[in-house]
Amino acid sequence: MASTGSSSSSWSSSNWVMENAATPHVLAVDDNLIDRKLVEKLLRNSSCKVTTAENGPRALEFLGLTDSEQNAMNGRSKVNLVITDYCMPGMTGYELLKKIKESSSMKEVPVVIMSSENIPTRINQCLEEGAQMFMLKPLKQSDVKKLTCQLMN
Amino acid sequence: MDVGQMQRQWLDYTRSLFIEGFLDNQFLQLQQLQDENNPEFVVEVVSLFFDDSERLLKDLNFALDQQGVDFKKVDAHVHQLKGSSSSIGAQRVKNACIAFRNFCEDQNVEACLRCLQQVKQEYCLVKNKLETLFRLEQQIVAAGGSIPMMELGF
Repeated sequence: MASTGSSSSSWSSSNWVMENAATPHVLAVDDNLIDRKLVEKLLRNSSCKVTTAENGPRALEFLGLTDSEQNAMNGRSKVNLVITDYCMPGMTGYELLKKIKESSSMKEVPVVIMSSENIPTRINQCLEEGAQMFMLKPLKQSDVKKLTCQLMN
Repeated sequence: MDVGQMQRQWLDYTRSLFIEGFLDNQFLQLQQLQDENNPEFVVEVVSLFFDDSERLLKDLNFALDQQGVDFKKVDAHVHQLKGSSSSIGAQRVKNACIAFRNFCEDQNVEACLRCLQQVKQEYCLVKNKLETLFRLEQQIVAAGGSIPMMELGF
């Protein structure tokens, strides 16, 4: 998992506005190494700071949401967006989404789900659980630009 | 050969890879991500793909060699390979993986073994093609030239 310096940007999640034009910090979660490298570059090209995680538990660890750390820190100051693959061994992207939305500290952080499979029931399930968006892989620069534009408006 | 000729050769070769279906639009996406800050991006990602694929192909061999084949495991490996080949634009490898997954569902060992051969073949082909492409690029750069931009609208 890439390590990053601490960022403290406060922002209002209700209208996705970034205060002080700060750089969005995105946590990208994917078990596939090539996809991780790709999403990281796509996000960096859209002026985001990126931390990657290879699975759900590592992501939760980074967000400070492991059982022993619940509510110990304000996760909102850590990341402005989580983008996660759906199909991952162990904890799926859907399960990760649920854990984030169930937490008091991180539930307002937008979560985007990516998948290589276009399955309407899967998409609806994620959107109903509070995912901001569902994106089809492989990701293109235009997809990520659209996403980060929304994030910064 | 002068730089101009090398560049034309590179363009012709790249075009042929698209026309023959070895690569698709996603490879162009990769090339567009390469810039002065990351001049080796495509080579880096493709190298990761080579390492990752070779590992997965070994794992697939092993899984299909077992007395009682665990098709869930086989499918999981193929899913990974399908994902990475799709992400770098290795279209024929991706398509071979899609066919493979169908036979995993059917739990047909013989068919899966045939699919594995097919995937290996496609992987070897695209690996050779890409290595040739990268060699051409190195020659251009060594001669003081730059790699042409591939146009979209294929």
